[in-house]
Amino acid sequence: MSSGTLYDKVWDLHQVAELPGGATQLFIGLHLIHEVTSPQAFTGIRDLGLGVRHPELTVATVDHIVPTTSQARPFADPLAEEMLATLERNCSEYGITLHGIGSGRQGIVHVIAPELGLTQPGMTVACGDSHTSTHGAFGAIAFGIGTSQVRDVLASQSLAMNKLQVKRIWVDGALQPGVYAKDLVLHVIRSLGVKAGVGYAYEFAGPAIEALSMEERMTICNMAIEGGARCGYVNPDATTFAYLKEREFAPTGEAWGRAVAWWGSLASGPEAVFDAEERFDASSIAPTITWGITPGQGLGVDEKVPSLEETEPNERPLTEEAYRYMDLAPGTPIAGLAVDVCFIGSCTNGRLSDLQAAAAVAKGRQVAPGIKAFVVPGSEQVAAAAIAEGLDGLFREAGFEWREPGCSMCLAMNPDRLEGRQISASSSNRNFKGRQGSASGRTLLMSPAMVAAAAINGKVTDVRDLLKA
Amino acid sequence: MTNPAFPLGPIPSVSGSAVVLRGDDIDTDRIIPARFLKCVSFDGLGAQAFADDRIELKGEHPFDRPAHQGASILLANRNFGCGSSREHAPQALMRWGIRAIVAESYAEIFFGNCLALGIPCLGAEHTVMLAIQAAAAAQPNLQFQLDVGAAKLHAKLSGGEQTWPLELGAGPGQMLLSGQWNGTAQLVGNGAALQATAARLPYLGF
Repeated sequence: MSSGTLYDKVWDLHQVAELPGGATQLFIGLHLIHEVTSPQAFTGIRDLGLGVRHPELTVATVDHIVPTTSQARPFADPLAEEMLATLERNCSEYGITLHGIGSGRQGIVHVIAPELGLTQPGMTVACGDSHTSTHGAFGAIAFGIGTSQVRDVLASQSLAMNKLQVKRIWVDGALQPGVYAKDLVLHVIRSLGVKAGVGYAYEFAGPAIEALSMEERMTICNMAIEGGARCGYVNPDATTFAYLKEREFAPTGEAWGRAVAWWGSLASGPEAVFDAEERFDASSIAPTITWGITPGQGLGVDEKVPSLEETEPNERPLTEEAYRYMDLAPGTPIAGLAVDVCFIGSCTNGRLSDLQAAAAVAKGRQVAPGIKAFVVPGSEQVAAAAIAEGLDGLFREAGFEWREPGCSMCLAMNPDRLEGRQISASSSNRNFKGRQGSASGRTLLMSPAMVAAAAINGKVTDVRDLLKA
Repeated sequence: MTNPAFPLGPIPSVSGSAVVLRGDDIDTDRIIPARFLKCVSFDGLGAQAFADDRIELKGEHPFDRPAHQGASILLANRNFGCGSSREHAPQALMRWGIRAIVAESYAEIFFGNCLALGIPCLGAEHTVMLAIQAAAAAQPNLQFQLDVGAAKLHAKLSGGEQTWPLELGAGPGQMLLSGQWNGTAQLVGNGAALQATAARLPYLGF
């Protein structure tokens, strides 16, 4: 059983009560809501005659269903319009702040809460979205919940939870040029599998993790859920504090000093005990890309689709299913595979540094003929910062479309989707069957720079070759 | 309005025929594709369970086979319900008719979502699961009795009565048996303890 870890400290602090049956009632310090998983939860509290206990600890935005071409109201899709109108009514009725379109603060919920300084070390953060693990980058305990649990948090600011075990993912070394946080986390998931994190929180630690920026740490923690871990986190440090300083909702004045002192005390100490540990060396990781239908089916860009013999026996049925669905034969080199659509964005890789990395590849080059390539900034703030640097123009000149912020083709709840059996190079987080809006569409997950390289060459390309040129 | 056919109160057992869904890592995007999440109520999701897989299999998907219509127990393999936290997934299964799941293992968010709806999710060892799936596949109208308290599954096979051992944690087991799986009232009822917890959180004072 773990002790002395950040997870233990934050868990203990937020324990409200022990519930009959042994679950813990856990206080939630920040509840983020959006238009897809909240409407039925508001119906739920109304049916029970309950209200919202802490509207001031609840923050809303709209992201999943928003179009990225024109965001003028009403939306062309009446269902999307109804979902946003419902969120607006609910927030207004219960006094919840909604960062809506045009507010300057709207965007993907896991992009805006950090950039506004809402997400802070030591918090418990819950949201009806599995990628809530992103907020663990700040040393918060953050996890996705279902709609019944959203109802519970609205009504009580708490949840019935069972404590997880803690597995430390220790990463030595340093990422090589052309290799990014996305490659690191895809490598970890490929190595451990998509089930290894079930029952665990992942603590990402070690020299390679400490060297990462906050945006890179968010990419890592975002994908913890793809490895099965409901939450992932990084211990807060000087990088965390520097990121938070001067953010809109971060502590100010004398409270800043108190906050930093407390935040610093939360990190897992040298005496911390972990339930399990896995070790990696960042310097040996290549640009990594998925070839199959789970985020664990990954390859270095210079590798080939594995044969059944190279696959763990109990993974073979899934490997065969992936051969069929992806129409890829074992032994096929992943580099050189032709793609149709290139998507840069999402809560995994839709932040400024992601767009900068992709822009460095796109600069002065042209998207290959016949390729649809588009960039969806993660938030209005990201878009504004990118435009201030001229990235929108740079991308447009290179043949990319520049869009408005939202979740977009990560899950294709808006008009951005694959058609038929198209293959996408995508900076998002899931390559499940049908994920990007076509029941037979295919997804290759990779870093934003690798997506840009695929767009330029019209096929999977080792971005290191373009960065050298 | 609560549909009276949906789970309510203590759930000591679930009876009925089973539907076999083979394969590991069946994610919630497959259980309910994202386009069906454009709704402000869960009504109507039952018809859309596994929509894309069913189109792909042209009537041969287990959820489409006539023999499985009316099934109440879903038999799956490892890491069932991984991926998105969408409660629309168990809602769709429940509205299709599923009242309990037996699988080798579950993704955590999915397991919690099922518990919150009163859908027992019991575990089974790999070899046990294969045996249960084989029995159900051999005789699609086979009637199973799931005993939640004892964590066992029974069925009368042609060769005699069979009982398979299952797994269920003490916490979820007690919640299902006591009817407290829907615990909102209990959480809200701890008002004083909630207030005390909020008062000691340093960050609420920053």
